[in-house]
Amino acid sequence: MDLLANLSLGFGVALTPINLLYAFIGCFLGTLIGVLPGIGPVATIAMLLPATFSLPPVSALIMLAGLYYGAQYGGSTTSILVNLPGEPSAVVTCIDGYQMARQGRAGPALAAAALGSFFAGSVGVLLLAAFAPPLMLLAAEFGPAEYFSLMILGLIGAVVLASGSLLKAIAMVLFGLLLGLVGTDVNSGIPRFSFDIPELIDGIGFVVIAMGIFGYGEIVSNLGRSEKEREVYTAKVHGLFPTRRDFKDMAPAVLRGTCLGSLLGVLPGGGALLGSFAAYAFEKKVRTKPDELPLGKGNIRGVAAPESANNAGAQTSFIPMLTLGIPPNAVMALMIGAMIIHNIQPGPQVLTRNPALFWGLITSMWIGNLMLVILNLPLIGIWIKMLKVPYRFLFPAIVLFCAIGVYSMNNNTFDIWMLAGFGFVGYVFIKLGCEPAPLVLGFILGPMMEENLRRALLLSLGDWSTFVTRPLSAGLLATALLFLLVMLSPAVKKKRREAFEE
Amino acid sequence: MKIKSQKDFFSGLLFMGLGIAFGWGALGYKLGDAGRMGPGYFPLILGSLMAVLGAVITLKALVGKSEGGDRIGSWAWRPLVFVLSSNLVFGLLLGGLPSISLPPTGLIAGIFGLTIIASLAERRFHSRDVLILAAILAVISYAAFIALLKLLMPVWPAFIAG
Repeated sequence: MDLLANLSLGFGVALTPINLLYAFIGCFLGTLIGVLPGIGPVATIAMLLPATFSLPPVSALIMLAGLYYGAQYGGSTTSILVNLPGEPSAVVTCIDGYQMARQGRAGPALAAAALGSFFAGSVGVLLLAAFAPPLMLLAAEFGPAEYFSLMILGLIGAVVLASGSLLKAIAMVLFGLLLGLVGTDVNSGIPRFSFDIPELIDGIGFVVIAMGIFGYGEIVSNLGRSEKEREVYTAKVHGLFPTRRDFKDMAPAVLRGTCLGSLLGVLPGGGALLGSFAAYAFEKKVRTKPDELPLGKGNIRGVAAPESANNAGAQTSFIPMLTLGIPPNAVMALMIGAMIIHNIQPGPQVLTRNPALFWGLITSMWIGNLMLVILNLPLIGIWIKMLKVPYRFLFPAIVLFCAIGVYSMNNNTFDIWMLAGFGFVGYVFIKLGCEPAPLVLGFILGPMMEENLRRALLLSLGDWSTFVTRPLSAGLLATALLFLLVMLSPAVKKKRREAFEE
Repeated sequence: MKIKSQKDFFSGLLFMGLGIAFGWGALGYKLGDAGRMGPGYFPLILGSLMAVLGAVITLKALVGKSEGGDRIGSWAWRPLVFVLSSNLVFGLLLGGLPSISLPPTGLIAGIFGLTIIASLAERRFHSRDVLILAAILAVISYAAFIALLKLLMPVWPAFIAG
C-alpha cells in the first residue's frame, strides 16, 4: 500500500512533540482571533502569519494548518453565536445556527459544526492523499498554455461565486492582477508601476493587501454601524454536548454534506462555498421528520451539512493547490503566499523534491483538524467569553496586531503606510459593494499568469490560437466559458440572487 | 438622467479610472508583440479590459432596473480617519522618519499612540479604559513578539536605548 507508506511518512514528520505543539498553538491562536466578530478566516490567517516566520518550514506549515482550521472554526462560532458570517461560505451556517443559539442550543450547534467538520476533514484528507499524486503526474503534461487556461478557469470560478454583480467581480480580478504586476518585471528587469519608490520595486506584500482590505476595511465599516447593529448575542449556553437525538439527526446530514463538499471542492474558484450552499439546499429538500424543526428554524442538520461540506471542500481544494500550485480561493492564496515566504513553491515539484514535507503537510491537516475537536469542544466556554469583549477594546488590538504583522514581514515602516492605504481601498470597496476576494486571488495569480501567457505565446511564435488548439487548454477554457454562460442565463441569475440573499 | 444604482455607477467610474491609469502607465514601457511580450504588454491588455468593463458597469447603472437606488449611504469618516491615522502614527513612532530626521520612539510608544488615536474612532472615549487597554496591549505585544517570537524592532525610544 503506497498510500499507507506515504501517510506513515507524513505522520512520522507531523507527530513529533514539537510539531504537535505548533499544531496546538496554531489551532489555539487561529480560533482565538477567528472568533472575534468581523474578522474572517482570511484576515485571521493574515494577521497570524508572522508568528510562523521564525519556524522551520515543516513546523511552519503545520502551524499554518492549525491556524487555518482554527480560523475556519472560529468563523463558524461567530456565525452561530453572533449571526455574523466571517466569510461567504459561512452564510448558510448562520441561518440555522443562530436560530439554535437563540433557543439556547448554541452548544450542540457548535459541536455539530466541529464534529461534522472533523469527519468531513478526515475524508477530505484521505481523498487528498489518494488523488494528489496521480494528479501531479497529469500536471507534468501541463505546458504554459494549459496553466494559463487553468488560471482563467480558476478566476472565472472565483468570479462566479462572488456575491453581487458579475461584472464588478471581473473588474476586481483585473485590478488584483494589475496590483500583482507592481514591481520588477522578471523578464526585462524593469520596475513597473513603482513610481521610483524603492519599497515598491519588490512588489506589494500580499499580507499588506489582505490585511488592509479584509482587516481594516471591515473594522471601519463595523465602526460605522450603530452599536445596536453589532450587538453580540450571548444568552446562556447550556448543554454543550449534542443529545443522542442530535447525533441521529446530524449523522446523515454530515455524510451528505461531506460527499457534496468533497466533489465540489476540487473545482477551482472556491468550491468550498459552492459546497456549503449546495449542501444546505439539499438538506432543505430532504424530508423532515414529523417531530423535527423545519430547516431555517434551528434544525441541527442545517448546521451540520453545510459545515461538513465547507470543510470537506476546503480540504479537497488543497488538491489543485498542491498539484498545480494554483490557489482556488483567497484563503488558499494566503497559504501559498506563506509557503513562498518559507521558500516552498507549491506545485508538482513539492512531492518529488520534498516528499516528507508534502506528506507531513497532508497529515498535519488531519492533526490540525483533530486538535480542533479536542481543543474546542471543551473550550467553547472561553470562546464565548471572547465574544463578550466589547468591540471598543477589540478593534484597537486588531489594528495594532495587523500593523505589527506587516512591519515584521520586512522590518519596514513603508508597509505600515501601505496598510493604511489599502485599508482605505478596502472600505471604499465595501461601500461600493465590490467583494474583495476575487481581487486577492487575482493578485496572487497576476505574475504567474503573465509568465505563462508570455511563455505560451513565445512557444507558439505569437499565435493566440495555441490556447484553443491544444486539447487540454481548450477543454479548460471551454469549462470556464460554460461557467460564465450558465451564470449569465436568466434562470440561474435569479436563483443565484436568491441564494445570496437568503 | 437618473442613476439607477449609485454603487455600480461609482464603482464603474472607479474601475474605468484605474484601468485607464494602468493602461496609460503601461504605454510607458516597451510593449513588444505577442511572440515577444515586453513589460508593457500584459498590463496594457488588463488595463484596457478593466476600463471597458468599468464603462459597461457605469452605463448599466444608468439604464438597468432600479432597485431602490442602491445608494452608497453615508461614509464613516470618523472611524476611517482615526483608524487609518492611528496606523500612520504607529509607523512614525515605531520606525521614525529619517527624511525629517524623526528618531524612532519604538514599539511601546507606538502602541500607546495607536491605541489612543484608534479609540477616538468611537464617539465615547474613556481615557482611563483606553490607557489600561494600551498598557495591556503593550505587555502582550512585548511578551509575544519580542520575548517569544524574537521579532526585530525598536522597542524603546532611541534616546533611551541609545
